[in-house]
Amino acid sequence: MSNPSGDVARLAGRAWLFGADISTDMLSPGQYVHDPPEVRLRHVLESARPEFAGQVRAGDIVVAGPNFGCGSSRESAPQHLKDLGVAAVVADSLARIFARNAIAIGLPALSCPGVSAAVADGDVVDVYIVAGVVTVEQQGSEGSVRRELEADRIPEPMLDVLRHGGIEPLLAALAEAEGNPAQDLD
Amino acid sequence: MGGPIADAPMTAAESVLARAAGVPRVVPGEYVVAEVDAMMMHDIFAADVLGMLQRVGVRRLHDPSRASVVFDHMVPAPSVAAAEHQAAARRLVKRYGIEAFFEVGRGICHQVMVEEGRFRPGDLVVGTDSHSTTYGALGAAGCGIGSSEMAYALATGRLWFKVPETVLVVLEGRLQPMVTAKDLVLYLMREVGSAEAQYRSVEHGGPGVATLGLPERMTVANMGVEMGAKFSLFPAGDVDTMRPGASYAATHTVDLGSLAPQVAVPHHVENVVGVDEVAGVRLDQVFLGSCTNGRLEDLRQAARIMRGRRIASGVRMVVTPASSEVYRQALAEGILSDLVEAGAIVEGPGCGPCFGGHMGLLAPGERCLGTHNRNFRGRMGSPEAEIYLGSPATAAASALAGEITDPRSFAAADEEEAGKEEDVR
Ligand code: SF4
Repeated sequence: MSNPSGDVARLAGRAWLFGADISTDMLSPGQYVHDPPEVRLRHVLESARPEFAGQVRAGDIVVAGPNFGCGSSRESAPQHLKDLGVAAVVADSLARIFARNAIAIGLPALSCPGVSAAVADGDVVDVYIVAGVVTVEQQGSEGSVRRELEADRIPEPMLDVLRHGGIEPLLAALAEAEGNPAQDLD
Repeated sequence: MGGPIADAPMTAAESVLARAAGVPRVVPGEYVVAEVDAMMMHDIFAADVLGMLQRVGVRRLHDPSRASVVFDHMVPAPSVAAAEHQAAARRLVKRYGIEAFFEVGRGICHQVMVEEGRFRPGDLVVGTDSHSTTYGALGAAGCGIGSSEMAYALATGRLWFKVPETVLVVLEGRLQPMVTAKDLVLYLMREVGSAEAQYRSVEHGGPGVATLGLPERMTVANMGVEMGAKFSLFPAGDVDTMRPGASYAATHTVDLGSLAPQVAVPHHVENVVGVDEVAGVRLDQVFLGSCTNGRLEDLRQAARIMRGRRIASGVRMVVTPASSEVYRQALAEGILSDLVEAGAIVEGPGCGPCFGGHMGLLAPGERCLGTHNRNFRGRMGSPEAEIYLGSPATAAASALAGEITDPRSFAAADEEEAGKEEDVR
């Protein structure tokens, strides 16, 4: 887990830069859906950047152009990124269903116009999830400057989902808080 | 806030979301947490959603009376796996006290939700099915969600929504004979399409709205999602569309009287042409049914055209009434016997061939014209098959001819039949 403390307020990580229209087919290629998880993970985003699945490290951040996650409604698209250790996705814009599914499975995903132009591959970016701010160190002629970009803020109940790591663990926590153990059902 | 913008009227979608979120107003782009008034699951996802709740130990639904479960996709079960899946879902439905459970044979989820009055105008409705936009025909903001989100909504009664921008469609005039609401929505697919409707609420207003009955509005709202729309709304109850002063991202005006029959050609719903451009394309199968066009009015129109005639040899015609209620009425009116005498196969109410489940799949190289809502590659079986989409009138005319046919060539017959029916009444 990239944020074992459950603190999603701020994440810092190395950027993997992608272009526009990264689809759920590229994230979770259809031909491997019946393969075991480790095989599926090996093919994540291979059509965009073949080295990604092998080299991505826990805590890395995916930065992309507009319409990230377009295509089908499969929840495996954000799940695969999370399983590979990706800490967050920050894109110029996110496809609606991907954005919802990412939160649902506990992967922070922010829409941040202009981010793909401001960040170079391998830059270290800071993502302030709660504040909705992304910052990146840029090398200019005057030395390095810290550039700050504004992202769409994630509303509180969705932040709560993220803090728990997704809807399923959140509901488990709610059930436990109500003294509502699972075995009661059976 | 303050000033004129804060007082401007909201669009229909904004009004529903503001009411459900318990705030005076919302603006496009903002997220709100809203109370969900009704929740619908069908047999494909009910077991997953309720199974997750059981796994994590959620004992009670926030309000079981808001939930509906409809078995419609794989019905009657075509495999042991489907039967097992449904048996598991039945147990969970009972355990969670969901009384609004509609068994195999009751009908297609969206039709059943409307017939059973499972929501009201102005409600916020979610379903584990993308065509939940259908509820907009009755002024309810309906949209599809994922199964984890459904689990959350059932457990808490709430869900988060991004307030969409709104596209206004102003309807004028009235449809010509043999031109239907399906042709209107296919035309909108081509003229408005995902380029403008993606993530937005499409709202219909203008004098032409009054010329469209509820079944026709359901056809239009149903296919809203094919344009990428989040909601597709018609005025109903207190829900108004086309509000002076509300802010619309785009406005389109359509003269209903100028529309001709439309056909979506393979392999995308936005590839829409006038029927004359594809007339003569040979067909192997015609499908009349689905939540888009399986209602009584649809079957009645097809029967009028087909009464006393035979479908062309070499063509199979599959008919699925949208619900048991539609089935019963079509039986009582003699519509089903007209269709069967013309050579059609009438199946039980359900989704069947619409999503390539069962009861009418296509072989490689085969061509089908259907009244449903998606013609993506592989949707009805083989990815090598071709799917065309059209109205019930176009389907009936094409079944008789064995090739895609402009139904207006049967207009005289249709009017004569309609006249006779008037006399009888
Ligand atoms: S009839 Fe087709 S589109 Fe409608 S709910 Fe069933 S499978 Fe989905």
